[in-house]
Amino acid sequence: MNNAIDIRGITKKYGSLTALDNVTFSVPEGMMLGLIGPDGAGKTTLYRILTTLLSPDAGTATVAGLDTVKDYKGIRAEIGYMPERFSLYQDLTVNENLHFFASLFGVKVEDNYDLIAPIFHQLSKFPNRRAGALSGGMKQKLALGCALIHRPKVLLLDEPTTGVDAVSRSEFWDMLATLKEKGITILVSTSYMDEAQRCERIALIDKGRILDVNTPEKLVEGLGEHIYNVSAEKMYPLLEALRSLPEVKNCYTFGATLHIATESGFHPADAIRRLSDMGLTDVKIYPANGDIEDLFIKLAGNGE
Amino acid sequence: MMNIRTLGILLRKEILLMKRNPFIPRIIIAMPLLVMLVLPLVVNLDVKNVGIAIVDNDRTELSRRIASDMSASEALSVKAIGFSYEDALSLVENGKADAIVVIPADYSKKLSIGGEVPRLEVDANGVNATKGMIGANYAAQSAIATLKKWMGEQAGVEIDAYGGSVVNLFNPTLDFRNYMIPALMVVLIIIICGFLPALNLVSEKETGTIEAMNVSPVGKFTFVLSKLIPYWIVGILVITVGMLIGWLVYGLVPAGNIVSIYLAAILFSLVMSGLGVAIANSSSTILQSIFVMFAFIMVFQLMGGLFTPVSSMPEWAQMVTYAIPPRYFIEIMRSVYLKGATVQDLWVQYLALSAFAIFLCGVAAKTYRKRS
Repeated sequence: MNNAIDIRGITKKYGSLTALDNVTFSVPEGMMLGLIGPDGAGKTTLYRILTTLLSPDAGTATVAGLDTVKDYKGIRAEIGYMPERFSLYQDLTVNENLHFFASLFGVKVEDNYDLIAPIFHQLSKFPNRRAGALSGGMKQKLALGCALIHRPKVLLLDEPTTGVDAVSRSEFWDMLATLKEKGITILVSTSYMDEAQRCERIALIDKGRILDVNTPEKLVEGLGEHIYNVSAEKMYPLLEALRSLPEVKNCYTFGATLHIATESGFHPADAIRRLSDMGLTDVKIYPANGDIEDLFIKLAGNGE
Repeated sequence: MMNIRTLGILLRKEILLMKRNPFIPRIIIAMPLLVMLVLPLVVNLDVKNVGIAIVDNDRTELSRRIASDMSASEALSVKAIGFSYEDALSLVENGKADAIVVIPADYSKKLSIGGEVPRLEVDANGVNATKGMIGANYAAQSAIATLKKWMGEQAGVEIDAYGGSVVNLFNPTLDFRNYMIPALMVVLIIIICGFLPALNLVSEKETGTIEAMNVSPVGKFTFVLSKLIPYWIVGILVITVGMLIGWLVYGLVPAGNIVSIYLAAILFSLVMSGLGVAIANSSSTILQSIFVMFAFIMVFQLMGGLFTPVSSMPEWAQMVTYAIPPRYFIEIMRSVYLKGATVQDLWVQYLALSAFAIFLCGVAAKTYRKRS
């Protein structure tokens, strides 16, 4: 299978700050790959390079078989890009925005409407509302529609669900799954770890480096650690106490409880006794299923 | 690189956005109204009711006639006719008079004899320099007129008795408005065609829409042109509103051809919008672009010959004005409006404006970067 996106050794520096450090990975055609990392990891810089807005200091990248530096003009007709910030004309209506972007790419809205119909069926109820007056979720749908109207081969989405409510976020991911069915390659970034599970494959990025690329299941399997949920009456002293235990490699908040990653010789009953000796009450420790977030913390921790 | 179809799409979008903006269509109408209706009233350098104190040491029929002609003049108002310079001076000191006219003793006698011509003395108050100087000029003109008439009546006496006279060509009444109104239209284009394209482009940067443009297949020349062309149209609208106000309110119609005014206006809108886009290209926020634009506009207004005639600037400053585009546009506007000059007469100015337009639009297109 050909790679729709192929990134080889991309490095980008802003002065003394290294935004991307020798990044290499690829996305096969028709795949949805999630680029997961915290804010400031270098996700947007990578998008700017792939969308030809920025030239890398070193390395090469191809999108839809075209080089991002040499064939930058050709790439622009093949990609659909949705920047992190809403980038449509707020004073134009829903329909005007859609027709404007369609005509820029020399296509008719009607010709590609089948592709965006599932996204647009809600929006089509108010075609004459100005884009600026739409809700956050609706804006994202309109932006996705405008990015898709020229039937791109590759869809590049930079944090499309930031600032969108949970229901709209879920709907948005359903739409991406539909688009993937139609054979569009999708590179989507997010800092919500729960969304990562919905990607076929995940690239973990932190501080400009790719930590790992794999399916969500494989990544979690490869966690290779014992993860436990821990709770007690007083959570903060618990956190400090856990960090003082030698078998606990890592301890961090996870929702309302704490997660600990431990050595194999960790015995929960023994730990509860020791924690109680330290004056903690109502201590509970039970095994947990590690997920992407645990993995991420492990990988990011190793890098330091 | 250039694509007419894409340009058409972009222009349609620009015009749609311009119409939908609550601010821009209004400013295109309101700004010319404000500048053209209010400024000429406030910044009026016209001198009326100049207070004159006459010191009549001659006390003849002629001297009385000089005085009565002055008080009959619209611009002058004779405050006192006395016999002592000190009295007249005290009138100037307490602000009742702006200039003193001294008719020397035996003035009319010496004038009849011939030989050395006696001199009328006109002293102006230097505190309110404009009023004093222009008032003194009016008083001298009035005296000359009286003398000419008087001498014509005394047959046989040569008329060139009083050396030289001041005659204002092209603006016979020396009406300051006639001088200012063509220049105010220049101010309008400087501000509207300079600021609007800069604000437009930087606001696309601020709202992020430029990202979507930059990843689209739109060429950069097409994109920059779509930012420039609407402001030629705006420039033409503004100059039309300005000329209409000049005609309807002040009764000022260009002595020359309107086409030559429109031609200059289009060239100058290009100069200003090119500058605006060039500034926008290097600014990342609206505030930054406004400050940079403002620096240019300050220099343009002060050194373009708008309020201070270029000829009264120091020599080095006069050299600098050759690099200031509005200088040429102001010259064209005043020459066409007041002298009826043609494009052939002013080809140097038109050429200079064209050169600035090509240069600045070139800079605007060159500095616009889709990639970094």
